[in-house]
Amino acid sequence: MKKILAILLAAGGVFSATASAQMLTGAGSTWVYPLVAKWSAAYQSKTGIQVNYQSIGSGGGIAQIKAGTVAFGASDMPLKPEDLRAAGLIQFPTAVAGAVMSYNLPGISSGQLILSGPVVADIYLAKITKWNDPAIAKLNPDLNLPDMNITVVHRSDGSGTTFTFTDYLSKVSPEWKEKVGENTSVAWPTGVGGKGSEGVASYVQRIEGAIGYVEYAYVLETHGSYARMINRDGNVVSPSLQGFQDASAHVDWTKAQDFYVILPYQPGPDTWPIAGCTWQILRKNATQAENEEVMKFFLWGFEQGQDMARSISFGPLPPSTVEAIRAYWKSELGYGI
Amino acid sequence: MNDSGPAARTETQSALAGQRAAPGSRRFSGDAFFHAAAVLAAILASVTLFATVIAIAYDSWPSIQTFGVWRFLKSSEWNPVTQTFGAFPFIVGTLVSSAIAMILAVPISFGTAVFITEIAPFWIKRPVAGAIELLAGIPSIVYGLWGLLVFAPVFSEIEPWINRSIGNIPGIGLLFRGPPMGIGMLTAGIILAIMVLPYISSIMRDVFLVVPSSLRESAYAMGCTTWEVAWHIMLPYTRTAVTGGIFLGLGRALGETMAVTFVIGNSNMMSPSLLMPSATIPSVLANEFTEATTKLYLSSLIYLGLILIAITLVVRFLAVLLIRRLARGEGASA
Amino acid sequence: MTGVVLRRRVTDVVSKILMGVATVIGVFFLFWILWTTLKFGVAGMHWDLFTKDTPPPGFNGFGLRNAFVGSLILMGLSLLVGVPVGLMAGTWLAEYGFHGRTANAVRFINDIMLSAPSIEIGLFAYAIVVAPMGYFSALAGSVALAILMIPIIVRTTDEMLSLVGSDIREAALALGAPKSVVITKVTWRAARAGILTGILIGLARITGETAPLLFTALNNQYFSTNVFRPMANIPVVIFQFALSPYANWQQMAWAAAFITVVFVLVLSILARWFLARVKTTR
Repeated sequence: MKKILAILLAAGGVFSATASAQMLTGAGSTWVYPLVAKWSAAYQSKTGIQVNYQSIGSGGGIAQIKAGTVAFGASDMPLKPEDLRAAGLIQFPTAVAGAVMSYNLPGISSGQLILSGPVVADIYLAKITKWNDPAIAKLNPDLNLPDMNITVVHRSDGSGTTFTFTDYLSKVSPEWKEKVGENTSVAWPTGVGGKGSEGVASYVQRIEGAIGYVEYAYVLETHGSYARMINRDGNVVSPSLQGFQDASAHVDWTKAQDFYVILPYQPGPDTWPIAGCTWQILRKNATQAENEEVMKFFLWGFEQGQDMARSISFGPLPPSTVEAIRAYWKSELGYGI
Repeated sequence: MNDSGPAARTETQSALAGQRAAPGSRRFSGDAFFHAAAVLAAILASVTLFATVIAIAYDSWPSIQTFGVWRFLKSSEWNPVTQTFGAFPFIVGTLVSSAIAMILAVPISFGTAVFITEIAPFWIKRPVAGAIELLAGIPSIVYGLWGLLVFAPVFSEIEPWINRSIGNIPGIGLLFRGPPMGIGMLTAGIILAIMVLPYISSIMRDVFLVVPSSLRESAYAMGCTTWEVAWHIMLPYTRTAVTGGIFLGLGRALGETMAVTFVIGNSNMMSPSLLMPSATIPSVLANEFTEATTKLYLSSLIYLGLILIAITLVVRFLAVLLIRRLARGEGASA
Repeated sequence: MTGVVLRRRVTDVVSKILMGVATVIGVFFLFWILWTTLKFGVAGMHWDLFTKDTPPPGFNGFGLRNAFVGSLILMGLSLLVGVPVGLMAGTWLAEYGFHGRTANAVRFINDIMLSAPSIEIGLFAYAIVVAPMGYFSALAGSVALAILMIPIIVRTTDEMLSLVGSDIREAALALGAPKSVVITKVTWRAARAGILTGILIGLARITGETAPLLFTALNNQYFSTNVFRPMANIPVVIFQFALSPYANWQQMAWAAAFITVVFVLVLSILARWFLARVKTTR
């Protein structure tokens, strides 16, 4: 009996001692998950350090970093400077990307459908309930739209993608702004809730007549269908890395306090209207070693991970922004890399 | 000398109770240690029930303070933006999905139990009984996976038919109208029914077997048909335990998380139609727990958990009470 | 035939048919679920599942190694916590408490805990382990699983120990053995098949339990044996993969579900085999 206990204790010691310094845990945004996953895999083969990222939604990322249960939280909704101060947190951007409207319409392939902001808002307000509604038909005169119910898919979890999307809807539809508003989690007037962008993409894949909003990389990776949108300038645009970066070019990252910037609905001839970004949030009172590991990982991503980012249509930050981020770390934390 | 019945046990009891160390012999201190360990374990096992309720009540206190009891239970607004929370849609979702499950599962369990005990030829009894019990062993996540990826697509083919037929009956038709998504309240109820079916059925079977054969046989001898024996003799005799079994199944359905989260559609809005998506307390906990951004949000979610515990505790308490009545021979009604 | 007799006959025949249909429905769903799990699960099987770790989203690989190992570690830890507590509590009931009022109260509470919703237990484990510790951890997950397992082990141990006849107990006592020695070296030995059955059933109960792990052990895309941190495990991986739009992830979800069902089946068969051995020695 005593022998068994001794063996078990020793084994437990071995089990817990392994690799606690070699692993970082982060959690949050499903938007940025494809990018962090790519960076993490490459970073591990280069340095042996494992960055374990759990895509539980931006709401989860914010909650967990506030609770201190993870080393970094990722959120597509930037925290306001006063909220950061109050909670002892800092944040910095990662890369720029875009959300698209994904749909499942038999006979209508990817890129054929054209939608506008007000129409999407009305769909999500349950004012437009069928695909062959005149409002949609007006934007798509040469498409044969079926007489099918629209199944609206939204997020069931706290999501920065939801924030980006609802921020956009609030800007294009005063009724939306008044009735629903923008946040990581809202009181949806209608629809089915999927868990994570993965869940939304999965429901849209499965349900005929479904429409949902997801980050572009998900549509790329699963060969789903995306709709073209009418942007602020009135042009019909397709989602593209250039379109996302055009949105980013209209904001000055280096001047924004705590990099607090809102990207949706920027002007520009080719700008994608539902552009967004993800911010990584750190705790000021985490150990210096842990914060430095997180900073090293993301700096590596900024410097070495640009091609990986572009391959899934994430726009890397310009060098001036990266320098601003490094200066921010030094000034906020007292140390930096 | 070889009987291990109650009389012999009391003898042993007194032998052990009266055991004292003989004068001069070494008192075995390990004995006291062992006894203490056993008592501690028993306390630990029992205390967990209360500790769970207390810990969860404690963590829901901020939300209870803010929203009170009645307001929280009646409010339909679940809005993390304005930090207003109300439990009504989730309570309704939990109760309705479980109700659907029970309405479907109880008759089927009864039919299965009677079939296995009274009707089936000998060589079918055990395999069929074993097959039904196997349903209980399938983990709930497999039910969820199967429900979403296999059942929902098939059901979405049936839903248009439901819309056209029952959906057109005035009044009750409102319950059955909706887009054919395959997921929703009704799907969740059906999956739950399949999940609780083996529990109710096996309890029914166990108690049917306890019915004295003299009772059954004299009924048959008088010319009763199988149905009459089952409905008028066996069921009344075992009704206490059967009710307990039904409560057991209900408790299971109320607390089920994974199978429901996959197929219920996760909509925090209430809708009269069963074909529309919905949410239950377990499903909203599974979806939103790790991301409650504020203390009030987290506390409100835990408050929901507290309400669930309250409901299931009452149900489970009644279940155990009623089932044990028959075990002690009190379920007999002449 | 008079009207009443005819009515009774018809009722009998109709009800027999309906009850047959009810049984067929139950068995039908069982076969449907098992068949699709088998079909998709076997299709998703691959050697890589056991040698490689879970691939990131969008990567076209296969691997579940970290999830399998994680689940085994979680199971091992829960056994470590659950078996001693369950065994000793069951022993107290059968050997010290007997049928007294306290013992019956403990049995009653235990029966209520048998049907506790696993998400409740998950919340509890979050409150007492994750929140104070500050990290999601395999330890918290095992605590939750152990709490789910204990009532089953308590109940089976209690019943199996009660089945052991008093003759061998008295023989041991007559030889001068103290009570704890009688229990550990004689009674437990005699009931070992039954006790093992309880442990196997408890293990089958926690296999595939997802809800309690969602806010305790969380998940980990890497291989890890650190019990104080998040750990990959099969049920949460199935949850994540099944709700995703990636084909290889969905395939792996089925393969993992298939393996889980096979594991539960094997445990149940083993438990039944041991139970049969209990019956023959009495």
